[in-house]
Amino acid sequence: MNTFVVLVEDHPGVLTRVSGLIRRRGFNIDSITVGHTETPGVSRMTIAVAADEFGARRIEANLYKLLEVLRVDNVSRRPSIFRELAILKVQTSPETRAQIFQLAQVYRARIIDVSPESLVIEITGNEDKVRSLIDVMTPYGILELARTGRLAMLRGTGTASKPPDNDDQPALFEADDDGVSHSV
Amino acid sequence: MSREPVMKRTGAQILWESLVREGTTCVFGYPGGAILPAYDAMLDFPIRHILVRHEQGATHMADGYARATGQVGVAIATSGPGATNMVTGIATAMMDSSPIVCITGQVGSKAIGSDAFQETDITGITLPITKHNYLVTRPEDVARVVREAFYVARSGRPGPVLIDITKDAQQASCEFEWPETPKLRGYRPSHHPSSREVDQALELIHSAKRPLILAGRGIQLSNAREAVLAFAERAQVPIAMTLLGLGAIPASHPLNLGMMGMHGEAWVNTAIQEADLLLAFGMRFDDRVTGNVKTYAPNARKIHLDIDPAEINKNVRVDLGLIGDLRETLDALQPQVESRDRGDWLAYIGMLKGDSAVRDIQNLPDNGHLYAAHVINDIWRETKDRETIVVSDVGQHQMWEAQYYKHEEPRSLITSGGLGTMGFALPAAIGAKVARPDAEVWVVVGDGGFQMTMCELATIAQEGIDINIAVINNGFLGMVRQWQEFFYERRYAATPLVNPDFTKLTEAFGLKARRVTTRADVIPAVREARAHPGTVLLDFRVEQEDSVYPMVPAGNDLHNMIRRPSAIIETGADA
Repeated sequence: MNTFVVLVEDHPGVLTRVSGLIRRRGFNIDSITVGHTETPGVSRMTIAVAADEFGARRIEANLYKLLEVLRVDNVSRRPSIFRELAILKVQTSPETRAQIFQLAQVYRARIIDVSPESLVIEITGNEDKVRSLIDVMTPYGILELARTGRLAMLRGTGTASKPPDNDDQPALFEADDDGVSHSV
Repeated sequence: MSREPVMKRTGAQILWESLVREGTTCVFGYPGGAILPAYDAMLDFPIRHILVRHEQGATHMADGYARATGQVGVAIATSGPGATNMVTGIATAMMDSSPIVCITGQVGSKAIGSDAFQETDITGITLPITKHNYLVTRPEDVARVVREAFYVARSGRPGPVLIDITKDAQQASCEFEWPETPKLRGYRPSHHPSSREVDQALELIHSAKRPLILAGRGIQLSNAREAVLAFAERAQVPIAMTLLGLGAIPASHPLNLGMMGMHGEAWVNTAIQEADLLLAFGMRFDDRVTGNVKTYAPNARKIHLDIDPAEINKNVRVDLGLIGDLRETLDALQPQVESRDRGDWLAYIGMLKGDSAVRDIQNLPDNGHLYAAHVINDIWRETKDRETIVVSDVGQHQMWEAQYYKHEEPRSLITSGGLGTMGFALPAAIGAKVARPDAEVWVVVGDGGFQMTMCELATIAQEGIDINIAVINNGFLGMVRQWQEFFYERRYAATPLVNPDFTKLTEAFGLKARRVTTRADVIPAVREARAHPGTVLLDFRVEQEDSVYPMVPAGNDLHNMIRRPSAIIETGADA
């Protein structure tokens, strides 16, 4: 699975352009999240796509062809943090409630709503952790599940969120000599 | 921003003012409700408007205009059906990297999303088939968008850009401000290979014993003919052409082997399969030139020179990609390329070529049948004395044209290669003639494709366009029939055509026409057409079940060709 952090101009229709491009090149988006960044007018997309190395490069090169795409980083090839938030509504009975509370604690998940026959758990973590909690809760009966999809950030002070300087476009690529080239 | 004297203008006026500033002198279009304000304003600007008969024709004309000159072609239409009729033309331009700008009217901005009369989401529809598109809802954005659209269309890898302008944005007024330069911070059209990559390329080139250049449309787009020839001559590397590369290198040049691919020359495909280095110059390893990619050029290292980073390793894995403008890249390589003697390799290819000549239908003596190959070869013989543009459609005649018309000049062949759009030729030829009035323009079109856009004969008549049309009329959708013959046991499902009388039809438009049924009549008819001031249609009644040879069946190995049963040997003539 490749995770792309894509910085885009905050224009109407950009999400359609990005998702449509990945689809028409024959790849399936596993998850996509969009939100504002620290820079006004710039949005950040985190896109998880299954592709081999060549496929990932093609996606990256194609994304750069969109005029509104400012920067693409395939962070899965660099040390990164991945997080996802999920909320689960789990069926409970007086007998199971305590067990579920205990299990949630093991995952450092929070109980955010309680009703006589169900409770809602919030969990933040990487996908393995979220999936593991889901597996553990399945026997009790998951009534509803909502997940945000993957967010990603590079470890250390390196950043994937600096849009290129307006007046100095080529500098981005010269400075960005980290093996994550937009080309081969 | 430059400061003009403060004067308010409507969005429609700004549109034309901007187009004129971008160098537009001619547009191809069709009016309608949502684009009416723009049409009204047009009359006050120095613009020639060619009234088409179908908006698809307008886009092909703009495309033909662009391909003939390298300048941006402009098409204009109304909202809804006007816009959707443009889709095929836009997709055609996208696949062949042709710089066009399409302007469509849109319903008023307040009505968008309400399913108003003639409303369609054309920016949504054209998303995957434009390089970029815009929806403009305010007059303040018109000048900037036109400036950007032209810049995007012609820079980097060229392509179509669509501008959808709401009716109220055309009607409302604002101050006109012309941006000095387009500001697009996410758009980086220019790339340059690193010196390390150049060194790697030189190493591969110098160590190659059997190198081959694959010459594509990129040579035409970057005007790299001289650079390619200088490189090829110095390094003694033979050149194989893609369909869209034809003309980029003179057909008569000793290093030019001819066309590669599905209907390429047998010796060219064999040379590709036996090469030890392929130098892909501005081509994209389309499936029609590679055949089965798993067995494609198995012994060759590959260097890909292209301006589009997304093309590298897309279809064929390469050893090295040099991303940048082809001419600039070759200029960087050229001084360091060492001269080599590759006489053995060239002699070997020459031997393959000699072996194939016996199968050339051109060597068949007149047996009373009229073959398309003869027609096209005769047109070439007759027209090579002056600047000629041939615009071919899609199908068998397109391949025969590519095989038997010897293109010497860049931009002398215009054809829909990537999308394979039937109906392209006639309107594209109109665009080419408008762009280059001094050139002689020939349409080579099948009887099927001709009928898809023959309404543009009316445009020709109304606008006084002087071109010549050669209909290669075999009463079949010939290429499909050929596939049915080869791969579907001659079960001719929906390929025989019952045609109108094309000569009478043409005469009904007030144009001249002549039917040709024998080989002896070909040259007199061509001469008559050339001498006539005005458009002439020649209806060539050719052999009905002729096939294009050689042929690499789709997906087959490139060296696995179906060869023409030797025409000469079969007819008993001396080989």
